[in-house]
Amino acid sequence: MKSLRRILAILRKELVQLRRDRTTFAMVVMIPFIQLILFGYAINTNLRHVPVAVVDQSRTGLSRALIQMVEATQVVDVTMRLATVAEAKRALVASQVRAVLILPPDLPGRVARSPALGLAPPAATGASAGRPVGQWLVDSSDTMVAGAIKSLRNMPLSELFRQTANRAVPTFEVALFYNPEQRTEVNIVPGLVGVILTMTMIMFTSAAIVRESERGNMEMLINTPVRPFELMLGKIVPYIGIGLLQMAIILGLGYLIFDVPVNGSLWVLLAATLLFILASLSLGLVFSTLAKSQLQAMQMTVFVLLPSILLSGFMFPFDGMPGPAQAIAQVLPATHFISMIRGVVLRDAGMAELAGGMIWLIGFSAVGLIVASLRFRKRLD
Amino acid sequence: MTETVVRTSGLTRRFGDKTAVNAVDLRIDRGMIYGFLGPNGSGKTTLMRMLTGILRPSAGEAEVLGVRLPGNAEPLKRQIGYMTQIFSHYRDLTVLENLRFAADVYGLTRRERRRRIDELLRIYDLTEQARQMAGSLSGGQRQRLALAAAVLHRPRLLFLDEPTSAVDPESRRAFWEQLFDLVEEGATIIVSTHFMDEAERCHRIAILDRGHKRADGAPTELMAALDANVVEVEGANLRQVKRALDGQAGILSTAQIGERLRVLVDKAIADPAGHVRQAAALGSPASCAVVRPNLEDVFVSATRRAAA
Repeated sequence: MKSLRRILAILRKELVQLRRDRTTFAMVVMIPFIQLILFGYAINTNLRHVPVAVVDQSRTGLSRALIQMVEATQVVDVTMRLATVAEAKRALVASQVRAVLILPPDLPGRVARSPALGLAPPAATGASAGRPVGQWLVDSSDTMVAGAIKSLRNMPLSELFRQTANRAVPTFEVALFYNPEQRTEVNIVPGLVGVILTMTMIMFTSAAIVRESERGNMEMLINTPVRPFELMLGKIVPYIGIGLLQMAIILGLGYLIFDVPVNGSLWVLLAATLLFILASLSLGLVFSTLAKSQLQAMQMTVFVLLPSILLSGFMFPFDGMPGPAQAIAQVLPATHFISMIRGVVLRDAGMAELAGGMIWLIGFSAVGLIVASLRFRKRLD
Repeated sequence: MTETVVRTSGLTRRFGDKTAVNAVDLRIDRGMIYGFLGPNGSGKTTLMRMLTGILRPSAGEAEVLGVRLPGNAEPLKRQIGYMTQIFSHYRDLTVLENLRFAADVYGLTRRERRRRIDELLRIYDLTEQARQMAGSLSGGQRQRLALAAAVLHRPRLLFLDEPTSAVDPESRRAFWEQLFDLVEEGATIIVSTHFMDEAERCHRIAILDRGHKRADGAPTELMAALDANVVEVEGANLRQVKRALDGQAGILSTAQIGERLRVLVDKAIADPAGHVRQAAALGSPASCAVVRPNLEDVFVSATRRAAA
């Protein structure tokens, strides 16, 4: 009873302080909003409008038509027209363009014999039969750019002669579930909840206890009957509400701006988010007992935030990562949560499907809270 | 029958190779104001922190209100009040919110809380500031808030670490009157200070110097037992007289106070005034007489002797 009253006293105090701390309060709302807009628009694995140069050695109507067709795919924008291959390579080095299309002088002949026309293959007449009609020189250091250009490799040429494409029957039929239009935002927005909660929850709590020491309040607190566990609990509860608010902002705006649906049960969503918030907060508390200043607490937050963005599957598919990276990612609460929230939001996954991740988060929180309470001593030495 | 509230033996605290408190023995009885007198860095704060249990001694032990230290200090928390040297309440909370927080943390019921806070606001003259942010209070108001918060749960033992260092003289006077009121109500108070006039108000004091306890007792006892005579020289060219006296045999210290020079003379010297007159080769217009020692003389003598 007395213990509860002390927890409530700390909770109430935190809320009043939070309300008066305009900067933090603004961050609570602005961080999710701004990050959502930034990530939602900026992260796009569907690469378009790559600047390229053209070296047209053929200078025929056919070559101009071909260049127009290539531009019409919207994958590339022809920003430079150059005379020689050497100039084109310089433009590549200078990063003025990411790729160069070279159309050889014998373009019309090559096009006529190209199987990409979709005409019946002509009888092979010597070495010139079935040669590519042109060449792409690609700055392939960025694999995404390279991949986009590679997608042009088998571009059909039939439209050159206003013929309907002779579509071959594909080997496999691919049915795209959950994101049939292949919009990156559908994957990014739910994941963003994990990234932003990792950032704000760890940041706020890791600073919470250090702040008491920095402002000199700790010496007063440790001379009162407050127990470490009560202090920890009273400090993190207000942030649980903040975390849920941030999740609501991200998913709500994600629905309004990027048309990302919430297909799953709100209760499952709530349960998964609560557990993740708890895990992040307890990690923040552990940092709080380790850090000597708010600056150090911030640095520790970044230490966890970066792998949470890069390794959690938020930006790059988890399955493509090498073993050690996967092992590190498995420890991070964000990895489990991002996979869970994508499950709930996009695939309507239920408690049963998410049990593994939930158990991990519960365990993580428990260990974190215990470590933080043990590390926090009501002493100055 | 006096009850001992604090007893320490050989209490020592080292930070690295620096010894902040060195083998201090204390006995503090109930119902008194006990002063730790010493300059900055003499170990007053460290000693206090050890007695409240937030700092563990490197050696020695203490018994505070029957609780043995080092050991579990939690049972102490409810019975002690602690006013830190630097204001340690929340600057972004109002006076009322700070007091409510303290009341809840100490487990007062809602009714007790209201009554007690009203009473404290009245006693410590903070009623008008009740809804003001603690950060915007003046030094004196802040100090009264800190004292109010420290005594809110009616502690048996109150620790005040340099409580008046940021406060004007008038507020200091009022503050000390309030301390005697608390003692009347049954509290024991341990207060640290580097002001002689404050130390003189204490029932008993301990003189601390570089971690050592140099002397302890009632201020009047200490003044009576001073093992030196005090000679006051009045006249012209006192700086010159001081230079002539410093370092002479039997002269412990000299200090100018306005138009007078206060000289501590070794007790072994039979005629202290004559000794000073002779040592300084004073002319006739100068007056030279033995006067009553004050606490500063005690302090200087106690710390001088140790340094020698």
